[in-house]
Amino acid sequence: MPKVTMVEAIAMAQAWELAHDPSVVVLGEDVGKSGGVFRATSGLFERFGADRVQDTPLAENMIAGMCVGMAAQGMRPVAEIQFMGFLYPAIDQIVNHMSRLRHRTRGRLSCPVVIRTPHGGGIHAPEHHSESVESMIAHVPGIRVVCPSSPARAYGLLLASIRDPDPVLFLEPTRIYRLAKQEVPDDGVAAPLDVCYILREGEDVTIVTWGAITTDVLQAAEQLAAQGISAEVIDLATVSPIDSETILDSVAKTGRLVIVHEAARNCGVGAEIAAIVAEHGLYDLLAPIQRVTGFDTVVPLYRLENDYIPSVTRIVDAAKATLAG
Amino acid sequence: MRTVAEFRIEYLRQLSPQGRPLDELPAFAADNEELLKMFAAMLRARTFDAKAVNLQRTGKLGTYAPCLGQEAAHVGVGAAMRPEDCLAIVYREIGTLFWRGVSMTEVLLYWGGDERGNDFAVPRHDFPWCVPIATQTLHAAGAAMAFKIRKEPRCAVAYIGDGGTSEGTFYEAMNLAGARQLPIVFVVVNNKWAISVPIEEQTAAETLAQKGIAAGIPGVQVDGNDVIAVRDCMSRALEKARNGGGPTVVEAISYRLSDHTTADDASRYRNEAEVAEAWKVEPMIRLRKLLESRGVLDEAREQAMKAEFTREVDAAVQEYLSTPRQATDAMFDHLYANPPPYVEAQKELARRYAGTGRPSH
Repeated sequence: MPKVTMVEAIAMAQAWELAHDPSVVVLGEDVGKSGGVFRATSGLFERFGADRVQDTPLAENMIAGMCVGMAAQGMRPVAEIQFMGFLYPAIDQIVNHMSRLRHRTRGRLSCPVVIRTPHGGGIHAPEHHSESVESMIAHVPGIRVVCPSSPARAYGLLLASIRDPDPVLFLEPTRIYRLAKQEVPDDGVAAPLDVCYILREGEDVTIVTWGAITTDVLQAAEQLAAQGISAEVIDLATVSPIDSETILDSVAKTGRLVIVHEAARNCGVGAEIAAIVAEHGLYDLLAPIQRVTGFDTVVPLYRLENDYIPSVTRIVDAAKATLAG
Repeated sequence: MRTVAEFRIEYLRQLSPQGRPLDELPAFAADNEELLKMFAAMLRARTFDAKAVNLQRTGKLGTYAPCLGQEAAHVGVGAAMRPEDCLAIVYREIGTLFWRGVSMTEVLLYWGGDERGNDFAVPRHDFPWCVPIATQTLHAAGAAMAFKIRKEPRCAVAYIGDGGTSEGTFYEAMNLAGARQLPIVFVVVNNKWAISVPIEEQTAAETLAQKGIAAGIPGVQVDGNDVIAVRDCMSRALEKARNGGGPTVVEAISYRLSDHTTADDASRYRNEAEVAEAWKVEPMIRLRKLLESRGVLDEAREQAMKAEFTREVDAAVQEYLSTPRQATDAMFDHLYANPPPYVEAQKELARRYAGTGRPSH
């Protein structure tokens, strides 16, 4: 079985669905002949042709709006927004239509759309290319937000997202697009949505995270283990809606919670997780909840971006803080 | 210097405002029954419209956007479309909706605050009412893309108003439609007023039809108060689109004889003389005169039609008013095909406190 990177796994999942479901259409800016600026649609145009793999005009709001129309009339569009910083023009269509068409027509029409978009910083990209604003869409009912943390998970979650009858914003952590290769069987087996994945079991502290920074959290867990601290690492995977049960069960076991995300802190998804645990698991807590997040400032240009993205050391310190005293 | 591109916008009209044919009429207009059907559809829409405004005034309906004065544009478009075509409306086009089979009760339910009004029994595939301006044009373009990919001989029709043509979304939809030669017709109903802003302040463009030119789409202006011209023009645009000839922008010139909505007071921003002039060319007059000149319509027959529609509207109003509101749970229904667990928990909470808030209508 060949080992693949996350970006290759994402192309594999789209190829599988294009081959097995004639209603699937991949579209976006430069996704066709070029195979996408990150090559996440590489080879699809050659294999499936210009009707199934479409280079669109350059307009993100248009991409989202045409997806609404196509999906309502029986297609399953899988659209790429080239960078998350260019998602903002599409928010009108995502919020006003895509996420609520099923609801407002009482199920008559629906929007099985996937919007794929790169997520987060750490790749020395230009301005507006390092956003992680998942909480903006997580706030919207009717649409799921999904973020994988490994090639295999990306393959499985993307298949599930394309097959889901409702819209999904699928966030692709650019920093780990090519960081590691993993054996990923191209068997069309989806990974379930709406559940967290426990990446590492532990007893002393629960660390909930998602996306690229999951790799840093796993490193932090190694360092903590070397210091005699056993961390349980949970990959949130479906950022919205949150699988509360897995998180609460873990906190009931460890009594301590650290939430790690790259996005800014204020009204971040970490705040929702903290609130869930405060509401339903307060008496399990042995220490205050710690949040390790990006800062509440503009994501800096790349010379400073690694001081913005939480470091392994910061994560280790936060975990140790829950054990202090 | 040389000219590298030129454009021309034609203005189409078949009947004078007094109902005199200006040229040889299109073939369908030879059929008196067909014209009577269109006249009836306009009268039916107008009868319903007046009742809906009254219902709002008496507290039995929410804010409503009347169609008064634009019945010919709406009926002409409806009559040109096939049932399998796909319509993306704005919020005023009941003449088209009724023609395509949407019921009066459904329209009343929607404006009466009930999502079930968007669950059209017929046609199932048309898009629901669309309040965010211009957004529906992209839905129609997406539908047209689906038809093109599946090689189905179907067209999409997107309505938009004069104000809506200032939105970037409209340009994006036209650009996509032009670039991919999609089977779509954009119908701009230019009723001269975008709430309080007149068309002269909306744009420096001489016509709204020409807004398609930059997207490579031909545009045509039609007298939107001339139902024969609208239907003829739309039929040709749809036939062209259906045969792979690409999109068209049709600008139907009409006038909003009513307030923007029942929440608006147009007397604050436009003068009575202008409205009085517009009443002289309103769309019922010319078709009535043509049909009277052909001896197939008279005062008695029109009154009989009107009485029939009044009874139909009253029955729909009764059905609407006697439809119980949805259960509290309904606000969570159809949010997801596979609802996450939080939905059940919040449903339970909503049920427990249902009726404890401010009294609802």
